[in-house]
Amino acid sequence: MESKAILEVRDLEVYFPIKKGLLKKKVGEVKAVDGLSFTLKRGETLGLVGESGCGKTTTGKAIVKLIEATGGEIYYDGREILNMSPREFKAIRPKLQMIFQDPFSSLNPRMTVGDIIAEPIKFHRPQENIQELVEHYLELTGLKKEQLSRYPHEFSGGQRQRIGIARALALNPEVIIADEPVSALDVSIQAKIINLMKRLQEELGIAYLFIAHDLSIVKHISDYIAVMYLGNIVELSPAKELYQNPAHPYTKALISSIPIPDPRKKKDEIILKGEIPSPLDAPSGCKFATRCPYATTKCNNQRPKMEVISNNHQVACHHWKKINS
Amino acid sequence: MISKYLIVLLGFNLLTLIFSLSKATNNQDNLISYLIFALLTLALGFLINKVRKTNQTDSNIQTTSNLTWKKLKRNKNAVFGLIIIIILVYISILAPFIMPHDPLEMNWGKTIQKPSLEHWFGTDEFGRDIFSRAIYGVRIALGIGLLAVVLNTLLGTFLGLIAGYYGGRVDNLIMRAIEMWNSIPFILMAIALIAALGTGLLNLILVVSITGIMQFARVIRSSVLGLKKADYVLAAKVMGIPDRQIIIRHILPNCIAPIIVLATLRIGEMILTIAGLSFLGLGIQPPMPALGSMLSSGQQYISENLMMSIVPGTMILLIVFAFNLLGDGLRDALDSKLSN
Amino acid sequence: MLNYILRRLLILIPILIFISLFIFVIIKLTPGDPALVLLGERATEQALNQTRIKYGLDQPLHIQYFKMMENFFKGDLKSINYKQNVISVIINRLPATLELGAAALVIAIIVSIPAGIISAIKRNSVFDYISMSIALLGISIPVFYTGIILMYIFAVKLNWLPASGYGGHIWTTEGFKYFILPAISLSFVLMASTTRLTRSSILEVIQEDYIRTARAKGVKEKSVILIHAFKNALVPIVTNIGNQVAGIFAGAVLTETVFAWPGVGRLAVNAIFRRDEPLVFGCVIFLSAVYVIVNLIVDLVYTLINPQITYD
Repeated sequence: MESKAILEVRDLEVYFPIKKGLLKKKVGEVKAVDGLSFTLKRGETLGLVGESGCGKTTTGKAIVKLIEATGGEIYYDGREILNMSPREFKAIRPKLQMIFQDPFSSLNPRMTVGDIIAEPIKFHRPQENIQELVEHYLELTGLKKEQLSRYPHEFSGGQRQRIGIARALALNPEVIIADEPVSALDVSIQAKIINLMKRLQEELGIAYLFIAHDLSIVKHISDYIAVMYLGNIVELSPAKELYQNPAHPYTKALISSIPIPDPRKKKDEIILKGEIPSPLDAPSGCKFATRCPYATTKCNNQRPKMEVISNNHQVACHHWKKINS
Repeated sequence: MISKYLIVLLGFNLLTLIFSLSKATNNQDNLISYLIFALLTLALGFLINKVRKTNQTDSNIQTTSNLTWKKLKRNKNAVFGLIIIIILVYISILAPFIMPHDPLEMNWGKTIQKPSLEHWFGTDEFGRDIFSRAIYGVRIALGIGLLAVVLNTLLGTFLGLIAGYYGGRVDNLIMRAIEMWNSIPFILMAIALIAALGTGLLNLILVVSITGIMQFARVIRSSVLGLKKADYVLAAKVMGIPDRQIIIRHILPNCIAPIIVLATLRIGEMILTIAGLSFLGLGIQPPMPALGSMLSSGQQYISENLMMSIVPGTMILLIVFAFNLLGDGLRDALDSKLSN
Repeated sequence: MLNYILRRLLILIPILIFISLFIFVIIKLTPGDPALVLLGERATEQALNQTRIKYGLDQPLHIQYFKMMENFFKGDLKSINYKQNVISVIINRLPATLELGAAALVIAIIVSIPAGIISAIKRNSVFDYISMSIALLGISIPVFYTGIILMYIFAVKLNWLPASGYGGHIWTTEGFKYFILPAISLSFVLMASTTRLTRSSILEVIQEDYIRTARAKGVKEKSVILIHAFKNALVPIVTNIGNQVAGIFAGAVLTETVFAWPGVGRLAVNAIFRRDEPLVFGCVIFLSAVYVIVNLIVDLVYTLINPQITYD
């Protein structure tokens, strides 16, 4: 039986106006997110992968309403949140939390670790025993409660991420948007944090939207992976399937560039030609057409829709059948 | 280490308190001094307690205030300035007890006298002792100056915070309003306002505190603009923390450094401004001793008694000099931390 | 660029309107009857009333305001005390202040910039130490105290120069004698702060990489300092001068008071004291306009020396 979707995004659009001149007239738009849809089920992880500037961070921020979406709908547990009043959304906020990329700027340097974790608790759960809860969440992420009175700069990058995770957990969220949570860490620490996140997911049933720019990072934690390019999802598939049978040319290129730690295996790296177009001047057809080795005139004129390849595996490409035969 | 100095001060405070208990406290001035002194003693006590506690837990904790203090201590000039300020503050508080003469007491037989044993710096045109008036003038200058700077800082910081944090229309409105306000040369505005509102002490403080907020607001605003984007501020928003708490807990503590530097340098400016207004007859009114107005009379009688001008002028110079030394030192100590 | 200048000048209009309203309100809040001040305490009620009617003081406030504005711009606003056109009264006294202010500015720049540069180059030398100490003293000393000290030394004790007053244009020998002491007093604070700033600005710039590159390329040291370093150090210096303009205004008022210099600063102050409403009105608007224009000039100079800043 399928578990119910805890988060559903439909045709999300985030456009930024470009204003020029004395009167700040709108002369164009940056279409950071241009019609994005996916579903996240309880306790699952969806990896959202793409290059810098493809809009993945913007998506994450739009979901927690740090950035205002300009179109589309987002359903949390069946309730639409983009049109909710701020008061209604206040009750939902604790359920949708975020972890940030940079361990050095995600914690207030002037607050002790204890204060940092206590802040959300004091605000949302003031009637409970705050000290106990703070210690509980800190130890849940692998740190010791004796370190509560220390300041962020006394910790390493990995430890700070743990503190950030503890802070996010303190509100008992159902969904955590993890915005490149390990990109700024050393490789050896990356694995530790990802394992921590997996363990927490098993224990607490939290769903993750794991945003990353590197396919190899999301491999171990994702149930599903969505590949993003210039504001759109071009392929969405269960994790294993994506690595074994990538359908979209872009996904293929990404996977082919993952380093294989075996000098004997020869790699066929697909090198894409051309440059990523500016989001200001997005092509009207398939956005990948300018770099795609299989592009035809149809690709330049018509935006491909997501088509189902097999169970839960979707791709947005006019010619996926031909390419993968 | 700091606690050593503080304990010395505390001891001095206690001794003086006990000693002055013996003096009559029916004079209103004496009462104010006594109260302030008592408060100061209490404050010192608290400070020593706090320093003791932080030293106990972990001497390795390098909080920013520790680092800043260490850097400041190394700057001899700044320490020198700080010492002068402390001495001046103590003189001001103890003024009613240590003045040789009553600063308001006129003596028609002894006007414009040159320095003598009885009157160390001579007397003014009303026969009043210049030395006592100067000490009292310092007391008033420091008191009013500090109060005005506190108000000025609060106002400028508040506006800068709101403009920077909320941005958009609010920002525009506040900054344009401040620019308009700034387009009248300060001195004209001050004179006109005082002429309109009257010359009382309260009016003076009011007028002086609402001027020159442009600099404060600008600096704070640009700090806030940068801090607003920090991840920990975003995290607080995602957690649903209300704006007011974000500003107070996350933004404000991280831009305190420029506030402190500016405020310290402001004190010097304020005191010069108040002295200037007093010189023109618009500041602190006679018969209250004001260093600026003393200079004004001193100019008239400059050939008869030079001390009438030198004493108040040098006192103003000394106060502002000390605060500038301290402010410079603070700026250096905090700046290098910022660039680190 | 021209666009920018035009825009800034256009903003002058709402600013002046704001200022005029503001100062009008303040004037009207000021206690004291201009008629009483003019005619003295012994005047009869009838005479007072006549005077009031003559100067339009009996009209409702908004009419008074509009009348004042109208008259001011027509050139018809009359001072109560001087019985002359407000604008001509101001223009009469303007040269004195302009000469004083401009001279103070020039003196300050001529002394402070070389002093600052030398202090920076010979860091921690005796020269540096002395000049920085004097500079620190300079920004801490009230301008009227400087004036009084100078007056005492040179006019009272040594009797080389007159103590106060105006002796004609400053480029005449008579005029120069009267003007030198007030000019130095006024320039002292600006001199001090500019010296400090020049020194710190040059020190900062000298450490930049492009200076090292210039030296490595073999550019002569003198040229390195004067051309490369100085141009870039100029930016904060000009900004500082811009910030000090208000201070120079205030300093001018105080200096004119100390030396009885017949400038617009003293004119404005006395007008306020004497409740000469039209004159106060005219002075504040005029001086504020001058202030805004001076700030604009400073900003333009700023763009000349800092190619990175463009206003579009």
